[in-house]
Amino acid sequence: MTYTAPAGMGRLEGATRTWPDHRLTFGPDAPLALESGAELWPLALAYQTYGRLNAARTNAILVAHALTGDQFVADPHPITGKPGWWEIMVGPGKPLDTERYFIICVNVIGGCMGSSGPKDINPATGRPYGLSFPMITIADMVNAQVRVLDHLGIDRLFSVIGGSMGGMQVLQFAARYPERVFSALPIATAAHHTAQNIAFHEVGRQAIMADPDWCGGDYLLDNKLPARGLAVARMAAHITYLSESALHRKFGRNLQDRPKLSFAFDADFQVESYLRHQGLSFVERFDANSYLYITRAMDYFDLAADYGGKLANAFAGVKTRFCVVSFTSDWLFPTAESKTLVHAFNAAGAPVSYVEIASDKGHDAFLLDEPEFHATVTAFLNGAANLAGLTDRA
Amino acid sequence: MSLASARPMNHTGEGRSIRVDLQLIADMIEPGGRVLDIGCDDGALLAYLTHRKGVDGRGIELSQAQVNAAVRGGLAVIQGDADTDLVFYPDTSFDYAVLSQTLQAVSEPRRVLGELVRIGRRAIISFPNFGHWRVRLQLLTSGRMPVTGLLDHPWYATPNIHLCTIRDFITLCDELGLVIERGFVLNRAGQKLPFDVPGRLANLFGEQAVFMVKRP
Repeated sequence: MTYTAPAGMGRLEGATRTWPDHRLTFGPDAPLALESGAELWPLALAYQTYGRLNAARTNAILVAHALTGDQFVADPHPITGKPGWWEIMVGPGKPLDTERYFIICVNVIGGCMGSSGPKDINPATGRPYGLSFPMITIADMVNAQVRVLDHLGIDRLFSVIGGSMGGMQVLQFAARYPERVFSALPIATAAHHTAQNIAFHEVGRQAIMADPDWCGGDYLLDNKLPARGLAVARMAAHITYLSESALHRKFGRNLQDRPKLSFAFDADFQVESYLRHQGLSFVERFDANSYLYITRAMDYFDLAADYGGKLANAFAGVKTRFCVVSFTSDWLFPTAESKTLVHAFNAAGAPVSYVEIASDKGHDAFLLDEPEFHATVTAFLNGAANLAGLTDRA
Repeated sequence: MSLASARPMNHTGEGRSIRVDLQLIADMIEPGGRVLDIGCDDGALLAYLTHRKGVDGRGIELSQAQVNAAVRGGLAVIQGDADTDLVFYPDTSFDYAVLSQTLQAVSEPRRVLGELVRIGRRAIISFPNFGHWRVRLQLLTSGRMPVTGLLDHPWYATPNIHLCTIRDFITLCDELGLVIERGFVLNRAGQKLPFDVPGRLANLFGEQAVFMVKRP
């Protein structure tokens, strides 16, 4: 299939693409029923795959990406050219071994890398959706992913894995489709967004909406980009992904390319320069309205609330084998949230393993070189593969 | 925990031979039930019970390396602490709660014992016996804290902060109103000794003890 460059990302067109990519589309005959009650069509789902699906279609692992992630798990990013966001985890001989497993990652709906999102054209108006795009939830994202699995003829995943918002999708998937997943790894995540999580997201959204170039969400029509607002949102969020000790270790109070303080508001400190860079490079690859929609989906997530206020009810009778992982210095999705998950799995009688990884890298640790974490994932998948009767090679 | 690591451990794989004292515990467990193994090390007992007796086994273990080893074997093991995490398990959610060589290392043994019989229909507990003659003799003759093959740490570095004798344990069970269904004593190698429990000889010659208790 060919990749159609989404509107507003013209720089994608003509880029040399050597990896396979896939995009499913559904018309008015197969709209996606959203939790809000709205129906989404046309529905586009962009996804990447790695490795080979075995003949019995039993070796598939769905990777669910995080808020600002995408389906390019182990490919160079088509816009930035940077390595895939989980190349450390996905590839031959890696924990998600592409010699053994078939890896699928779908761009979430509401996103901006090929799946339906607010910068697509609204068929009702012929203009980019902007804020007329329907609100989406974590459950909607998962229901969309199931469309891809159906298309690929995969009745049951060997595993579903994801960190942060990806972990929310893992939980949602196992709760909603337990018969379709043998094992599940929710990593650095939680069964709901806390008040603090929501608060940080609201800061980001307000930064975007306060940018005059946001134009009430219609910046694409006006040929503008709320770059400053989106960059500030990213800067604020990025702080929450790191621990204080990681920031101190990386930057301390070091000055940026200067011998002394400037007594002005330039980026005197390395940490300021770093955050500005993070903000600016994010604007290049991410859509501001997508950021609004996806952060909202995370805020709305409360799995227990969907099951009578008791998290264990979400997993009653679920046979899926879980492996929960948290990181000691993650204050955005702290260990306590993971323990709540573990206790719910236990109360529901679902088989669960749990490891807290000692790391000073904060929430981002799940994306970084953490050998103990990788050893845990490898061990859990090997054990589950034996139980599932998966042979060594696809 | 500390004691288990001092002795050789066979890797069980598909349920091959296990440490002798673990074998004695395994022999007390009926097939097909649900077992929670607290302080499960690398899951040797759980693997054996899963493969040989068809139990639905779960484990709790403090050491991350041991948890990883157990998870690699396909076992459901949680990194956690007997002192803090048992409270989250529902009443009677397991047929057996096993606490092997760990009771003496928790900060509140009385509370932990209560949790074991709350979570499990039966609790199986093993611990080193501080009433063994060698321990008594060392303290009597040298006047210093005993260091033996099973209790092999100096006093300032031992994880065993709540050592007890077999008589102490029986007294605690009485105080909690528990029924002792079975009890026997072992030598250092984990082999069963022919002394009746309770009994003075058991408390004198047993280097470790195994009990199966339940609520009345």
